[in-house]
Amino acid sequence: MHDNEAATVKHEAHNPALLHHFSDTQQQKNAASLGMWLFLVTEIMFFGGMFCAYLIYRLKYFNAFAAGSQQLSITLGAANTAVLIISSVTVVLAVKAAEAGKRKLLVSYLVVTVLLGMTFLTIKGFEYREKFERHHVPGPTFQFTEPFNDNGTIIPLQPDEVPHAQLFFALYFVMTGMHALHMVIGCGLFSVLIVLAWRGHYSPGYYTPIENAGLYWHLVDIIWIYLFPLLYLISRHS
Amino acid sequence: MASMVPPANPAPSQTPAPAPAPTPTTNYLNNGYGLRSWLLTTDHKRIAVLYLISVTTFFFLGGFFAMLIRLELLTPQGDLMQADTYNKVFTMHGMIMVFFFLIPVVPAVLGNFLVPLMVGAKDLAFPRINLLSWYLYIIGGIMMMHVMLTGGVDTGWTFYSPFSTEYTNTKIVEAGLAVFIAGFSSILTGLNFIVTIHRLRAPGLTWSRLPLFIWANYATSIIMVLGTPVIAITIVLVAVERLFHLGIFDPRLGGDPLLFQHLFWFYSHPAVYIMILPSMGVVSELIACFSRKRIFGYKFVALSSIAIAVLGFLVWAHHMFVAGISLYAALMFSFLTFFIGVPSAVKVFNWTATLYKGSISYATPMLYAFGFIGLFTIGGLTGLFLATLGVDVHVHDTYFIVAHFHYVMVGGVLMGYLGGMHFWWPKISGRMYPEGWAKLSALFIFAGFNLTFFPQFILGYLGMPRRYWQYPPEFQVLNVLSTAGASILAVGYLLPMIYFLWSLRYGPIADANPWNAAGLEWKTSSPPPTFNFDETPVVTWEAYNYDEIPHKDLEAPVAR
Repeated sequence: MHDNEAATVKHEAHNPALLHHFSDTQQQKNAASLGMWLFLVTEIMFFGGMFCAYLIYRLKYFNAFAAGSQQLSITLGAANTAVLIISSVTVVLAVKAAEAGKRKLLVSYLVVTVLLGMTFLTIKGFEYREKFERHHVPGPTFQFTEPFNDNGTIIPLQPDEVPHAQLFFALYFVMTGMHALHMVIGCGLFSVLIVLAWRGHYSPGYYTPIENAGLYWHLVDIIWIYLFPLLYLISRHS
Repeated sequence: MASMVPPANPAPSQTPAPAPAPTPTTNYLNNGYGLRSWLLTTDHKRIAVLYLISVTTFFFLGGFFAMLIRLELLTPQGDLMQADTYNKVFTMHGMIMVFFFLIPVVPAVLGNFLVPLMVGAKDLAFPRINLLSWYLYIIGGIMMMHVMLTGGVDTGWTFYSPFSTEYTNTKIVEAGLAVFIAGFSSILTGLNFIVTIHRLRAPGLTWSRLPLFIWANYATSIIMVLGTPVIAITIVLVAVERLFHLGIFDPRLGGDPLLFQHLFWFYSHPAVYIMILPSMGVVSELIACFSRKRIFGYKFVALSSIAIAVLGFLVWAHHMFVAGISLYAALMFSFLTFFIGVPSAVKVFNWTATLYKGSISYATPMLYAFGFIGLFTIGGLTGLFLATLGVDVHVHDTYFIVAHFHYVMVGGVLMGYLGGMHFWWPKISGRMYPEGWAKLSALFIFAGFNLTFFPQFILGYLGMPRRYWQYPPEFQVLNVLSTAGASILAVGYLLPMIYFLWSLRYGPIADANPWNAAGLEWKTSSPPPTFNFDETPVVTWEAYNYDEIPHKDLEAPVAR
């Protein structure tokens, strides 16, 4: 064991991935992961603004929000939730593969992750299309006549409540849109990492980018885990 | 254009000129020449110089708009420009000064230069991200100038909804995008500082040995990282609202304009602490050095920075007392606003206690530190007037507010910044500035500042509203005084610009520690080598150990 450690220390002195201003790779890795966690905090604050707006309007216009929510497809939303959870698993496996130095396995897990991300975006695209077809997109062509089904009791929306349903869809599009944008960025990020991993940039001694991109991906997943019940599951018990 | 100046000038001794000074021949300034070596640098010190040039450019641009405002207000009639133009002028003044000068100025220039030096590191944790953040700042700045040249914005820097989202025809989305991008620059700087301070401190440099400038920048970085994303999403919502009319802030569609104000001030109030905290850090360094004493109550001063950062997030709604928030909310925010006066007062009292029985010298940086304490105290105490609900109703949206925040922003931030620039100029440039001229300009700035803004307290109390281009004739005398003060202030700001540039070539060469100051940044040569220290320092002493450092006459700090 001790010999092994000495060997790695010796190796570190020549590690091309070690930047000049760090004293060793451990310090560099700690710095990078602290930086990443801080970046994730900024992402939470960014989405926090939208969650705040959502909270206020949902409390204020509950019936309209419930009616709007009931027009979203639980099946597609749940399918997407499953897709994202599986993609988080593949990211974890990719990090494990990188840690073990298994290059091909790493590349394949990353490819699967990107494919799952694209699956999510495709399903989301179908959902958006359905909203366009049914005039549920906020704007001059917005129409909404569906009532709020409160556990079997049908509560029709008053005409002055229709703008509130539009507000729901506005937040739906802004929040899922921002989330989808983050998914696109994540897919782009992983695509770059796939190329680099294929070329053998990463080793058990240096795979911080994989780990940090993984953290980002998990955060984007977690945001969806919150978005799904908040947007799709208002008053759905029956 | 302006970016050519420092690369060309501060090469102290290119040829085998005499220069027997103890400074090594290569430093960060002469280690590589040409535009490329500057625009692609990852050296935190060079990036600080890039920021210095760009921030100064924006300062004079914002100052130009300030002069237009003061000229228009010289007479009661609207004779220099039309009402619409005036709206655009004060908006551009505010947006440029807030987002492109005050927020980045101390962290991005002095912080960038000093944080790695003060913690004994070779560079910031993420040097390339540091360069990226300068480029983001420049891109945002160019977009803002583009907005300015193609019609401007007329909403005021606060771009309140629904005026910004429904009614105005000016370039809200473009200006918002500029602020959004500059915001990323700010986030990345804050992130870089936090990681550097956590992970790259020299051996032995514990948290309780850190200079207070580092504590202040750490607290600032927390606000940058937590607050800036909120203004980013606010801008996104405003842009979306303006482009697609979704109703998020539109009462006709069930939206609430107050939500905009909450989101806006959730960032923009803490942002004033982004501006003032680093300057407070500078003042702590200056007071300790020029009274040759350890700062009184080091721990309290350090922790008060953190307290200000935390409490700063809990006071935002005091901007909305007359906007229709509930009385109970107003009471809470009023109380919390009074409460944040406590850590600010801790600083002021501890600085004055440090002066007690100190060996005080009145060198230029110290004059600025004194200026800071005086002006910040006035600015802070009038802040308590505004925290009082009844008084706030009376003076809301009047010149009282304008005077109050200029006392904090200009009297506070700029005094700290200029004090720091004079203090660390020998470290940055390797040259001393001319002491006589510097004292004169400090005097001009202090006198000009008070003459500009003190009459505005009275104007506001008498009821002159802000953001109007005309006013009743009885307010003219005070307005003329204010404009006269602004002219003196302008001279005071131009002077340092001139003599700093002059000193790059003709100033006496500075040695490594012209002030006999404590702090790791003075233990390396002036200007420092590219990697800051020839060998990583090991810290075994507390911060500000001035009792262990020999005396010398600090008012004539010409190098041997």
